[in-house]
Amino acid sequence: MCELSPVLPLYLGALLAAFLRGRPRALVMLGAPLLGALGLAALEPGTATSATLFGLGLAPVRVDGLSLLFALLFHLAAFIGVIYALHVKDPLQDVAALAYAGSAVGAVFAGDLLTLFVYWELLAVTSAILVFARRTERARGAGMRYLTIQVGSGVLLLAGAMVHADGGQGLRFEHIGLGAPGGWLIFLAFGIKSAFPLLHNWLTDAYPESTPTGTVFLSAFTTKVAIYALARGFAGTEALIYIGALMTCFPIFFAVIENDLRRVLAYSLINQLGFMVVGIGIGTELALNGAVAHAFNDVLFKGLLLMSMGAVLHVTGEMRGSELGGLYKRMPKTAILCMVGAASISAFPLFSGFVSKSMVLSAVVTEGYQGVWLALLFASAGVFHHAGIKIPFFAFFAHDSRFVATAHEPPINMLVAMAIAAVLCVAIGSYPTALYAMLPWQMNYSPYDVSHVITQLQLLAFSALAFTWLKLSGIYPPELRSVNLDAEWIYRRLLPDGIQRLCAWTAPMVAQVRTKAEITLSHGIHALARHHGEHGILARNWPTGSMVIWVAALLAFSLVLYYV
Amino acid sequence: MTSHEKRQYLFDNPRNTGLLVRGLLLVCAILVALDILLHRHVSHPWENLFGFYALFGFVACVLLVLLAKEMRKLVMRDADYYDELPGAHVRERTEQAEGGDRGRDRV
Repeated sequence: MCELSPVLPLYLGALLAAFLRGRPRALVMLGAPLLGALGLAALEPGTATSATLFGLGLAPVRVDGLSLLFALLFHLAAFIGVIYALHVKDPLQDVAALAYAGSAVGAVFAGDLLTLFVYWELLAVTSAILVFARRTERARGAGMRYLTIQVGSGVLLLAGAMVHADGGQGLRFEHIGLGAPGGWLIFLAFGIKSAFPLLHNWLTDAYPESTPTGTVFLSAFTTKVAIYALARGFAGTEALIYIGALMTCFPIFFAVIENDLRRVLAYSLINQLGFMVVGIGIGTELALNGAVAHAFNDVLFKGLLLMSMGAVLHVTGEMRGSELGGLYKRMPKTAILCMVGAASISAFPLFSGFVSKSMVLSAVVTEGYQGVWLALLFASAGVFHHAGIKIPFFAFFAHDSRFVATAHEPPINMLVAMAIAAVLCVAIGSYPTALYAMLPWQMNYSPYDVSHVITQLQLLAFSALAFTWLKLSGIYPPELRSVNLDAEWIYRRLLPDGIQRLCAWTAPMVAQVRTKAEITLSHGIHALARHHGEHGILARNWPTGSMVIWVAALLAFSLVLYYV
Repeated sequence: MTSHEKRQYLFDNPRNTGLLVRGLLLVCAILVALDILLHRHVSHPWENLFGFYALFGFVACVLLVLLAKEMRKLVMRDADYYDELPGAHVRERTEQAEGGDRGRDRV
């Protein structure tokens, strides 16, 4: 089954989940990713299925080290996500989640651009359902904006694929590069899903509006498929180095002042994607392995952080930092698990972020991008500041919020899912060899040497010191109920406002034109009515007698003609 | 319930907070001291500076927060900034009118 299509277990699971309820559905939800992951073992790297469409060669399933690693990651993420969501009694979310995971797996196995496009759009639709499933007015708006942008990215991909095929390159999805026909279109399509600067707001807009469990799935798949696609199609594209460096730096400013803690994590997700994009841009084996390994780790630690925040949201119904605090008293297990995620994303030695981020940083400095290296170092300190300290601090510590009286630990399944992710974070961080062995490119790298551990600890300890000093001296900006303007302002405010102003400005002219048209029309109608109306000459009833007279007259006339 | 309210938690006692801060200071001091004792291998010229990473981490975070604070003046709006869509007041009035109609229908 899996040799035919590795997506089948997840898609069939989604289909079954639609019809089952209760325990059987839970079993199907848990079984589908497990079965899918087992199926991956049967896949032979280097093989591909082939088909032909209008004379163009397609490869619906292409298996190699890169696609296998991402497929394994997606099955793992789906499994953890399913456990986390076991208490949810919403078939819509369950079906969407499995179908979403299946689409991600399908996308990484797609060996041609057309198949990739199909899964690309399926990703958009299935993930949008997870946003709509929150069933609030805000989620509906954010979901519509999300869906529009995601589908738009797919349209760009299809256009790029057509130009690419038209340019004689075929549809095979191999290295594309910016110089290839349709290269820029495909680059932009991948860029939207990877949350390039100015194209990133769909992520910070929609992810925090999804359900507590939905966000966990959302953070795992879409952006990682995009990272996979960039690694396959645009490895070594220098522009990516600078785009990625920008992505690591600008979101951390927003993260510091953002109040919604899941939105802080959404900005932090862009920051982490930045490290991967830089790695892909460098394009050496070490850098690409670093990007891929960091994607793997990010799914786990960002998932863990979002799960801990989802647990807080589930218990308190609140996600604003200004309203939360002191929850370590009632949710100590969640707090500890959250801090494991925080340590991992901050790249503490022995935690997973350390072993993958350092690969990208090493590659950057080895290739001589000194400025970019400084930017990444700045971003690394910033990550610790906003994701490592801010998230646990404002949710679980800071001042005692009103929820301290009533809060409690989340359902056991949520804790189990978080614990699995936490164990994996520590295991990968402490024993990176297992992860390194799965990486698609050959390399010789060890993250643990004295210099590296000491410098990283110095960076982190002094970042913590800065936070402590700023907090104690009252300089640190308080959490405020607010919205921060970002690039989305253009399509959420400027364009709608502009269109409204334009309408208001043209309204008198439109009214004038309409009045004139109405007058002209009514003149025309009057003229018509005069001839064809009730008393119009052409609408009069003729008596039968007059017709007989006219017939007689005509006959007489023809008689005269005959004689003449 | 009451036992919970009376219970002293870890950071209810300011002494513990003080201990934590002092612990952090100690860790920082030790890490900088290690910079003297150990010879780090260097791939960027700035890394030769004594305590480069410590200084960089501290300055980066302070700069980050100060700049973000300034950024608030530029980008911060009310929490319902995007909810008050253009023409929202018009729609609200229409909805009220419709509500009134429905009310009349019921009568």
